[in-house]
Amino acid sequence: MLDVFKSFGATFVAFVTGFWTTFRQLFRKPVTIQYPEIKKPTKQRFRGRHELRRYQDGLERCIGCALCAAACPADAIYVEAGENSDEERYSPGERYAKTYEINMLRCIFVGYCEDACPTDAIVLTDLYELSSYDRRSQIYAKGMLLVPPPEGQPDTPQKVEPHSRDRAILPEGLVSEP
Amino acid sequence: MVDLLIEASIKSFFIFAVGMGGFAYMTWIERKFLARLQNRYGPNRAGPFGLLQPIADGLKLFFKEEITPAGADKVIFTLAPVVTLLPALLVFAVIPIGGTIYLFGAERHLVLAPGLSVGILYVLAITSIAVYGITMAGWSSNNKYALLGGLRSCAQMISYELAMGLAILAVVLTAGTLNIDKIIADQDHVWHIFIQPVAFAIYLITSIAEVNRAPFDLPEAEQELTAGYHTEYSGMKFALFFAAEYIKMIAVSALGATLFLGGWRGPFVDQVPLLGPAYFALKTLLALVVFVWIRATLPRIRYDRLMAFGWKVLLPLSLANVLATALVILVLGGK
Repeated sequence: MLDVFKSFGATFVAFVTGFWTTFRQLFRKPVTIQYPEIKKPTKQRFRGRHELRRYQDGLERCIGCALCAAACPADAIYVEAGENSDEERYSPGERYAKTYEINMLRCIFVGYCEDACPTDAIVLTDLYELSSYDRRSQIYAKGMLLVPPPEGQPDTPQKVEPHSRDRAILPEGLVSEP
Repeated sequence: MVDLLIEASIKSFFIFAVGMGGFAYMTWIERKFLARLQNRYGPNRAGPFGLLQPIADGLKLFFKEEITPAGADKVIFTLAPVVTLLPALLVFAVIPIGGTIYLFGAERHLVLAPGLSVGILYVLAITSIAVYGITMAGWSSNNKYALLGGLRSCAQMISYELAMGLAILAVVLTAGTLNIDKIIADQDHVWHIFIQPVAFAIYLITSIAEVNRAPFDLPEAEQELTAGYHTEYSGMKFALFFAAEYIKMIAVSALGATLFLGGWRGPFVDQVPLLGPAYFALKTLLALVVFVWIRATLPRIRYDRLMAFGWKVLLPLSLANVLATALVILVLGGK
């Protein structure tokens, strides 16, 4: 009989503890992040949407080598190279990316493209709001990926001094900054 | 006679409106309060504090397609939600929300059936009908989940109804009457919760089981039974079940407030009659919030334990309580 009362007492204590635990939560601030209004900052190494970067003089970094496309395990990248000339120069070196498309429906955000790129042209940003109502709009063309030229610099194609930007990669192994 | 009919119609309409409105906003209160207990915000998009959420939900349900499954017993399938909802609303006929107020040239009772001498008996009889609705829904759906949910619900409600009836019987013994008005008057000085704490505890537990809410929500245990007896229901038929669940919840809370917490009585209620409904609403709301709190705290119990608890613990306990109450009344000379 005493055991019954003992177990009853233990149960009662357990109940009170449980109810107190839930009641206490009333005075805590909810942990919910009110998403569309408040956005949680991404982590430093977050891999979101790609962008194609430029040099400080406005020339594109991408040289159309398609190493990113080769590295991509999901086969999401399509690159078609075009010839540069000093009158119509898009990027340093011989070639530039005439077509650059990323199929975001295929992309798995591994970041291999970023690692493969010899000129640091393609970079994964922290943009993650990529939804759309249309599959067709999930294919990101070059115009959407390319960042605008730096303040005060002209857009590509540029007319440059002959033989000033003939190499994309310098013999020392450096990327061709102006 | 006509005057009486008009008064009864107005009161009935009032009960219906408050019942449905109460159901709608009870869902809001539950979602909001439950969310806060779980460190969430709850609905906060539709209107300020999400106050328009019930209206949005209602509109959505209204425009949903209604599907009657192939092989379902159509008549029973359609009748079941009605049979479930009606008793829940009918209970309010005998629960006074206040004393009398002077309105349109006469003293009006704030209850549909004032001074009904078998008030409690009526409540017990009416609430039992709800079991049929749920069993009918489970049976007619032609779905095994629904059938099992209906069976469970039936067994559970019948088992717990006994203990609930005995808990109420203890209150009836204490007050010496079945008349709800007199039971409330009996609590003028001391609420029954203090005289009959055991009966109150039993009433609280059995009422949760009676309205199939957590931790006794076995008929709707989604992990094993999908949605239980209303698995096959959609659109407004589903909404009726949903309404029934919440109105039943409000009904047992209101009954609990009436039987144990002094009903509409409170300080200064004799001077200001309109305080009656306010006290009553406050007490009912308190009971409802406790329901949500219990849901947020306790996990669902196993079916065999539910049955064992009902028959081996609650029933003997409530019987002993009735016996003890009767003995005390006998010794003290009785009412």
